[in-house]
Amino acid sequence: MSTPLVLTYVGFLIMAAVAICGGLIAVSARNLIRAALGLILSFVGVAGLYFVLEAEFIAVVQILVYVGAISILVLFAVMLTRGLMRRDLSAQNSQWIAALVVALVLFSALLLVATGTNWKVAETKIAGDLIPKLGEQLMTTYLLPFEAVSLLLLAALVGAIVIARE
Amino acid sequence: MPEDYLPILAMVVVVIGFAAAALVVSAITGPRKPNPAKLSPYESGMPPFGSARRRISIRYYLTAVLFILFDIEIVFFYPWAVLFRQLGLFGLIEMAIFVAILLVGYVYVWRKGGFDWD
Repeated sequence: MSTPLVLTYVGFLIMAAVAICGGLIAVSARNLIRAALGLILSFVGVAGLYFVLEAEFIAVVQILVYVGAISILVLFAVMLTRGLMRRDLSAQNSQWIAALVVALVLFSALLLVATGTNWKVAETKIAGDLIPKLGEQLMTTYLLPFEAVSLLLLAALVGAIVIARE
Repeated sequence: MPEDYLPILAMVVVVIGFAAAALVVSAITGPRKPNPAKLSPYESGMPPFGSARRRISIRYYLTAVLFILFDIEIVFFYPWAVLFRQLGLFGLIEMAIFVAILLVGYVYVWRKGGFDWD
């Protein structure tokens, strides 16, 4: 293997380990705040995976939106709950059998798709920086979807206020 | 290219290493003579009162939701800002339309008292 390929491989392993560790903390921590922090660690790992996969823009979005904003929302939601710091919070509940079945079915479905699909790989690499290319496409070819996004955000803003006012 | 991010990875390693070293070294070598003032959350500061583990006000939730929405707006600024000079006036007008639509939402939130705390 060439050196960049080894680096990619090592980077992938590190970032996958970070994401999985974060996920394990999120599901196993008794303390809800710790679980939320584990989830944030998992988001960081996923952002690192995007960097390794050379999807820089997605990685930046992941950091900005998930690590930056969604995690704040999750933490606020946790801080709004009752009995937040109770020591006897159990990580198990009565629905664990159903949850296990659903998780196993979902995992095997994902595994089947991941291994059974003939993933198409681009023959040639895209030269140069990708983000200027993305910006160019967004501002010319995909202008209408771009402007539609602002409408979507507007709808979300109004919806948030309507729900909050109730 | 992933190898372009090697300096960032190196920085992450140094940061984690420095933080861990600072904690470990001070835990090993530092003398331990605790007294109530030293153990208070803010030494020489205001004495804390009440529990820190109360539920926070629901208003924070709206703040967080609004933050996410404007954060996503910023994400769309990024590819545009990289190309700002090449896109010229056309790009500026496109972005102005984008911002104008969101400004409607901003004014709506404002008029509905979304930014008021009481």
